[in-house]
Amino acid sequence: MKIHEYQGKNIFKSYGIPIQDGYVIEHIEDASSTIEKVQKDFNSDAVLVKAQIHAGGRGKGGGVKYSPTAEEALANATNILGMNLVTHQTGAEGQKVRKVYITEAFDIENEYYCAITLDRGKTKDVFMVSTEGGVEIEKVAAETPEKIIKVWIDPLVGMKSYQARKLAFGLELTGDAFKTAVKVFVKLYQCYQGTDASLVEINPLILSEDGRIIALDSKFNFDDNALYRHPDIAGLRDKNEEDPTEVEASKFDLNYIKLDGNVGCMVNGAGLAMATMDIIKLAGGDPANFLDVGGAASAESVKNGFKIILSDDNVKAILINIFGGIVRCDRVANGVIQAVKELGLKVPVVVRLEGTNAEEAKTILSESEFAIIPADDMKDAAQKVVDAALKN
Amino acid sequence: MSILVNKNSRVVVQGITGSEGTFHATQMLEYGTNIVAGVTPGKGGQSTIDGKVPVFNSVEEAKIETDANVSIIFVPPPFAAEAIIEASDAGIELAVCITEGVPVQDMVKAKRIIDQNNMRLLGPNCPGIITVDECKLGIMPGFICQKGNVGVVSKSGTLTYEAIGQLGNVGLGQTTAIGIGGDPIIGTSMIDVLELFENDPETKGVVMIGEIGGQMENDAARWAKKNMTKPIVGFIAGQTAPPGRRMGHAGAIVSGGDDTAEAKMRILTENGIAVCESVADIGEKMKKALNN
Repeated sequence: MKIHEYQGKNIFKSYGIPIQDGYVIEHIEDASSTIEKVQKDFNSDAVLVKAQIHAGGRGKGGGVKYSPTAEEALANATNILGMNLVTHQTGAEGQKVRKVYITEAFDIENEYYCAITLDRGKTKDVFMVSTEGGVEIEKVAAETPEKIIKVWIDPLVGMKSYQARKLAFGLELTGDAFKTAVKVFVKLYQCYQGTDASLVEINPLILSEDGRIIALDSKFNFDDNALYRHPDIAGLRDKNEEDPTEVEASKFDLNYIKLDGNVGCMVNGAGLAMATMDIIKLAGGDPANFLDVGGAASAESVKNGFKIILSDDNVKAILINIFGGIVRCDRVANGVIQAVKELGLKVPVVVRLEGTNAEEAKTILSESEFAIIPADDMKDAAQKVVDAALKN
Repeated sequence: MSILVNKNSRVVVQGITGSEGTFHATQMLEYGTNIVAGVTPGKGGQSTIDGKVPVFNSVEEAKIETDANVSIIFVPPPFAAEAIIEASDAGIELAVCITEGVPVQDMVKAKRIIDQNNMRLLGPNCPGIITVDECKLGIMPGFICQKGNVGVVSKSGTLTYEAIGQLGNVGLGQTTAIGIGGDPIIGTSMIDVLELFENDPETKGVVMIGEIGGQMENDAARWAKKNMTKPIVGFIAGQTAPPGRRMGHAGAIVSGGDDTAEAKMRILTENGIAVCESVADIGEKMKKALNN
């Protein structure tokens, strides 16, 4: 799960990490009073007006504006609130800005990059910093990897001061700024562990002209599997930032991701679901989605899956691919027929059922009143569904 | 021969009185798995599955009373990592954790402890392991397997079944089929399993099924080039997966570098693995590899 910058900064604040502070507005009527409050509370004439969407690249997309005066801040807030912000992460359709964060502004001496994530290979957390803050870190990693300083942290031991010092030395910090940075790094690791984050990133972390270390941004990814023990964080979920169909699917415990193609697919198991998408592509089609109905594909989950797939108007044909292990194929077949009865056969449906009771399932489908297209194996199924989509 | 489990494995089922645990323990018994004990804290002294399996309060007790050496874990996600640690503290040699949705930080810590205790773990979030006609641990459908000479190692459950099904269609049976799990942190890597298959005289070839995310398949391919004499057929799921989206498995996410399907397929090929572009080719490709 992801959250907004302002929410992440509030979490930083609770861990004692110094942030660029401010207030969020959702209605433009609140802009003037909020700008005034930010100027007064944080003793900062200039403010920043920052669009709050989950996608990165907001600055380049025109969603972050430095505003030297209250008048300019108001003009910027008016422009940004409600705008359709397009960044390299939103795709061409962009994301509507529903919240604007008005913050204090700093005179910046230096910008740094700072992140913690899991190193799967080492089974340790890796803490990375770089003097190349404020830019795309992927570029730094590819072109000048020596400019990224890393320490690996044993989660059972936690972050030690010498590790934090290595990072702060690497950023060439001195004096009070060095001491503060060491503390901030240790706190950031505590924050990462304490929130069950899978990624925490500050880009940029700055050294201000008056010598302070401050987080100017925040980015969090949380481990969805650990959200049960963080109800406060789970409560920060902003469904406006997610695809509405994916939100709907999650209500039924279906794992659905919308894509751009026209061949819908419904599969049991994540690996087989990906392989099904891939073979649709190889057969000359384009998958419209990833949909894993889970290990226990029941009649009910098949029906809900059908609904979700059909809510995408691009879908011209559907492939159902179930390898029944514990799941009985005859039950899945009955689920398919029930779903078609209730929702209609709006597009051609190709069904491939293998495994437990596959023969019974084939009989059920062939004897039904509906023109469901049976398939023998994955290759056959992919070809049939792609042909059907082309003809439809 | 086979790897990791056989008819002599003495199995304890952690979480045996839960609905998942009872259902699958019953199936495993039917397959012929030698289940000697179950564990559910607070239900020690009872017996379950028509009185066939004694229940203990802890793995330690089960181990002392029955000499169990292998554990299969059906425990809900918040308690799964602790169940793994408990098994390792009790001196279990191999634990298989089926549970899906274990928090990553729990697993990172559990991995440290089991390494110290020298226990091997399969999973979490895996379908388990079958040594054909001898021992089934987990949720794989036993009837699709037939005895033979191919080893199967995979990150995914139903994709493993697909591979086994295809092997059967071309007349190839299996020695042992293993799901290692689709989470970012898992107990046993592909290299570990390849090494076991390499050292198993009965196994003549290996099917290795991976997916997007992480470097495990790449590491395994590089290792295999240096150390494997047996042919490997590889498949990587997720050629059409968009970057930055988690594709079901917690570990299946393209985050840059060599973890795309395209990159992995290239690296596998470079290291001498027969890579299937289409999932439908796994069976035929293995047949061809064994005939060479």
